[in-house]
This record gives sequence, structure tokens and C-alpha cells, in this order.
Amino acid sequence: MRAKILRSPSPLPGFGVSFAIMMTALSFVVLLPIGALLGRGFMTGPAELWDMVNSRRIWAALMLSFRAALIASLINLFFGLMLAWVLVRYRFWGRRVIDAAVDLPFALPTAVAGIALSALYAPNGIFGQALAPLGLQVAYTEVGIWVALIFIGLPFVVRTVQPVIGELEPDLEEVSATLGARRAYTLRRVVLPALTPALFSGFALALARSVGEYGSVIFIAGNIPNVTEIAPLLIVIRLEEYNYDAAAAIGIAMLILSFAMLLGINAIQIWSRRRIGLV
Amino acid sequence: MFRTIQIGAHALAQGTFVRNLGDGRIEIETGHATRQTGRPVTPAQIDKPIASPWQKTLGATPRRGVIAAAAAIGIAFAGAMPASAQDSVEILNVSYDPTREFYREYNELFNDWWTAQGNAPVTIQQSHGGAGAQARAVIDGLEASVVTLALSADIDTIAERTGRIPEDWQSRLPHNSSPYTSTIVFLVSEGNPRAIKDWNDLIRADVSVITPNPKTSGGARWNFLAAWAYAARNGLDPAEFVGALYRNVPVLDTGARGSTTTFTQRGIGDVLLAWENEAFLVLDELGETAFDIVVPSVSILAEPPVTLVDGNIASDAQRKAAKAYLEYLYSPEAQALALRHRYRAWDTSLAAPEDIARFPKLDLVTISDFGGWPVVQPEYFGENGIFDQIYEE
Repeated sequence: MRAKILRSPSPLPGFGVSFAIMMTALSFVVLLPIGALLGRGFMTGPAELWDMVNSRRIWAALMLSFRAALIASLINLFFGLMLAWVLVRYRFWGRRVIDAAVDLPFALPTAVAGIALSALYAPNGIFGQALAPLGLQVAYTEVGIWVALIFIGLPFVVRTVQPVIGELEPDLEEVSATLGARRAYTLRRVVLPALTPALFSGFALALARSVGEYGSVIFIAGNIPNVTEIAPLLIVIRLEEYNYDAAAAIGIAMLILSFAMLLGINAIQIWSRRRIGLV
Repeated sequence: MFRTIQIGAHALAQGTFVRNLGDGRIEIETGHATRQTGRPVTPAQIDKPIASPWQKTLGATPRRGVIAAAAAIGIAFAGAMPASAQDSVEILNVSYDPTREFYREYNELFNDWWTAQGNAPVTIQQSHGGAGAQARAVIDGLEASVVTLALSADIDTIAERTGRIPEDWQSRLPHNSSPYTSTIVFLVSEGNPRAIKDWNDLIRADVSVITPNPKTSGGARWNFLAAWAYAARNGLDPAEFVGALYRNVPVLDTGARGSTTTFTQRGIGDVLLAWENEAFLVLDELGETAFDIVVPSVSILAEPPVTLVDGNIASDAQRKAAKAYLEYLYSPEAQALALRHRYRAWDTSLAAPEDIARFPKLDLVTISDFGGWPVVQPEYFGENGIFDQIYEE
């Protein structure tokens, strides 16, 4: 055993111990709860699960949850990139404050975020009053759900892209310019390919977080069945009916859809890496 | 005349006076055609040493004041001394949303009375939330000593799922174990700009209604049934009527407090279907110039019941305190407190006249008109029940 450790190429040995600790921790906080959820589903049986999920209201809720998460994450992808770019590339007064503020959605209880946003965007709130003459209502519509999800998902994109932008050599952009490339061309062919992997992982993280978000959304959504009722709320409603199997069924449906979505994002990422190559 | 009688060590019953038995006992009718006999309780008979605010308004006698001071000093000393383990009794009261303010004061009232009886003070912890969620928490293991929930269906479910409460729990205390009742009224903006008078105004196309989700809120189930009762009485198709009403609901909050916030703070909706006590609370908090209460022609007698969770009781001392805690809810003092908190309590003997005069008279149907909660809960609010069908079309 000792000889084996000595032979290991790393200056910090201990694979066995650290792997055991990692697996124990992972089991307690991740694998066991998901295993319990799937186990409940197995005990119920796939046909029953399908019956419990296959109703118009549940499909409407699942579609809403995934659609809103997708839209919010796409918006975050764009604004998160802009925010990270500005924070890394420019020096301006108050930069550090803004940099710290990016993490606030992580720290703030989601219920507080939901209440604050609904107070601002309600028809009698500051933004709500400004938008009302334009015929726009945000709070208690699907747009309200987008706003809440944009809020909670923003840090994921910013924090994954920021260090990569920091690593980018401005020299490359200068070289591109001296070789006669226009600005848009430099951005498209030099800057973005280097950022693509980080953008994908930030997008995937924000998306995964948004799909399951409950705390902030229920305060701003309106929660009307078939219109603004998100899938996690339906799970809570099923629990209120003491119908644990139906709650587990919706949970499993969300798990499968999320897994398929993350798999798809990874596939696109691998494909784009092959196409553009690693920078 | 409404009278209160003593039927046990701590238990009291209220009802309308029937006859005098001649030996100091009287017979009363407590509602639901049951009669009970016992010695009448008069305000003077109960030596309540502590003057709480409402008593002060009634005018406390000097003697009471002295005892109050002595008791206060006693409590202060008792608090200063390290309490030994067997002395400290804890009660966890798991309750629903709008009772926060009432139980905060009741807990003090009870502890004052309890210590005046020569008992060690009880630590009372409160938990509030949507009634359904609270019942589920108890089922999932929250160690509630007593539950005081919005409807008996929630307690029935706890009894059925955990066996920690006997099935006949509702007959253990007077008035179906409901020491106070309430009803459902409308809250509208000052001056009632949409001219909302009764339930049929709620299905108008220009009216939007705020009510919580009956799946998650006990109060919302009373709202639903009150609307149903109106339709049934007026020759309308109840399912269609209630469906039309819920199509006018732009926000379905998960609890009664959430709906109150949506209506009063966010300015959504033209009318809030609210617990009567919650509606009065809004008037108190936000001033009577912002909102008005509209009393519909028909509403429902909402009976929020209370009971002991026998299976969670750890010691005899805790059982004794928890039982007394619930029975004392029926005392004239606690009833007066409930009335002051805008609950329709049974015993008005100690209540301030304005607390009684506040309640408008209205036609109230009861849950037994619907066949009782064991029938109503699955049929109306269960999975694929009548409420679900509104949104399945």
C-alpha cells in the first residue's frame, strides 16, 4: 500500500481517502435524495407514473417551467456576457461594488427576491406604474416569471465567463486588428470562440437552477393553473393533497427533462468544440 | 340568553339558557341539538388576577391589581430562578395563518392564569402557515402538542395518517372543538368603486377577485363553499357559478395572508374574499379610509377547530398543561380576547360591547349542510375533484 502511494505521480497522495469522503458526502446530499425519488417512482410503476403526469394541467406547468427557464437563461447569456466583459475589461468608479453585487442573488433568500420584484413590478409598484401606460403587465404574468428567473440565474453566467475573459489576451484582438479584421469579425472569430465553453456551462447552470426555482417565482407568478402555474408549485399542491406518488411523478418528469436538456447542451458543446477547436 | 357553565376541571361550555335545575345548576343548549348541565360561570366567580388590556377597559378592581402585582413579581422571580428540567413544560401550538395576533396574546393570558393556579409557567411556541402545509408538517413529524387549524378536515387527515389523534377528537371539546368561529366576507377599496354587493357581482366580467388556492389554503376552501352555497340558494348551477368566479381570479396565492398582501399591498383585484377577522385586521392596520368590508347575503360559518395531539405528548405535566391550554380557550376571558380579535366567539359575558356589536348579522350555512368535511374534502378539493375540474376544461 505504502509502496503504491509512493509510486503515485502526484506530490499530494491520498486518492483513496479523498474519493471515499467525496462519495460519502455526495451520497448524503445528492445521490440518496434522488435515489429516494426514483425509488418511489419505481415502486409506483411506469404506467401509473405516466397516467399521473399525462394531464393538460401538468404539461402546461412543465412547458411553462422549461420555456421560462430557457428564455431567462438566454437573456442571462447575453447580459451576463456583457456584464462580465465590462467588469473585466474596463476600470471605472464603483466597479468593485457592482462586482460584489453580482453575487447578491446567491445570498438573498429567494422569497425576498420574489417579494421585492413583485412589489416593484405590480401595477402599483415603481416599474409597474411606468409600464402600465404601455399596456405591459409584468407581475402575475409569465413575463414576471422570466424576471424572477433572470434575477436568480444571472450570477451563474457572469461568474463562469468572468475568469475566462480575464485570461483572454488583448494582444490577440490587436493582432486581428492589425491583420485587417473588422471589429465584428474579431469579436466573432477571435473572442467568442474562446468564450464559448464557459458560456455554455454558465448557460447550463443558470438553466438548471431556473427550472427548479420555486421560492421567488410563486410570489410574482400569479399561480393560475394552465397559465402561470409552474411545475414545482404543482408538486407542492400534490403534497398538500398527501398524494406523494403524484408529487414524485412530477418530480421524476422534471428530472428526466432536465437531464435530457443538460445532455443536449453538453452534446452541442462537444460538437462546437470539435468545430472550432479548443482555444 | 347566552350562558357559560363549568363542565370539567378546566372545561367550559357555552350555549343558550334552557332552564334552571334549582340546585345551582342550569341547562344550556350548545348548538347541534345537544344540551349540557353545569354550574353557571359568572365573571366574579373566576378570579383572574392579571389585568390584561381588555380587562383594564372593563375596569379592574383594586384587589385584582394587588394580586396582579404579586403575580408579576412571582413570575419575575420564577423567571430569574434556574428552572429545573421537570418544571419546564413546553407546548408547541401548530396553527394556521391569520391566528398569529390572537395566539400571541392568548399565550400570555393563559400563562398568567396557569401560574396563578399554582403551576409552573409553560413555554408556548407558535408555528403559523397555510393550514394544509401545517397539517402536512405534523404528519411528517413536527412535534405539535396541540393543533389549532383552519378546518377539521386537516385534523382528520392527521388523525387518519398518524394515529396520533383519536378519531373522535372533535367531540372532546364543546362546539365541535371550535372555541371561536369566523365567516367569509368581501374586502373592497374605499367607497366600493365597482359596486360589489353580493356573490353574483363576483362573476361580472369587469370584476377581478383575489382568493388563495383551495388546495393549499384552508380559508380558501371556506371561500369556495360560501360561493357554492350562494349559487345553490339562488337557483344557479353551483359548479358553473364557482367556475366563472375562479376565471375572474388573476392571482392564486398559497395562503390567506399572501392573498391579503396581494390585494392590499400590490393593488391587484377589485375584491378580496377574506376571513372576517382578517378583513377587520386590514381595516385596523391600514386605516378604515383605504378599504371597506362588504357583507354578502349568504356566507359560511367557518369553524376552525383545536385539539390535543395525544401521540406527541411526552409527559403527564405536558398533557395537563396542553389540555388546560385548549380548555381555557373556552373561558370568558379567552372568549372575550377572541371577540376582540374579531373572531365570532361563543361567550360574550366578558366582552366589550363594541366587540360584539361589530359583527354584522348574516345568513350562515354550515359545513354540515354540505355533508361534513369527510365528504366535502375529497369531492370538492381532492385530486380531480370539483375544484380541479374548473381548470381542466
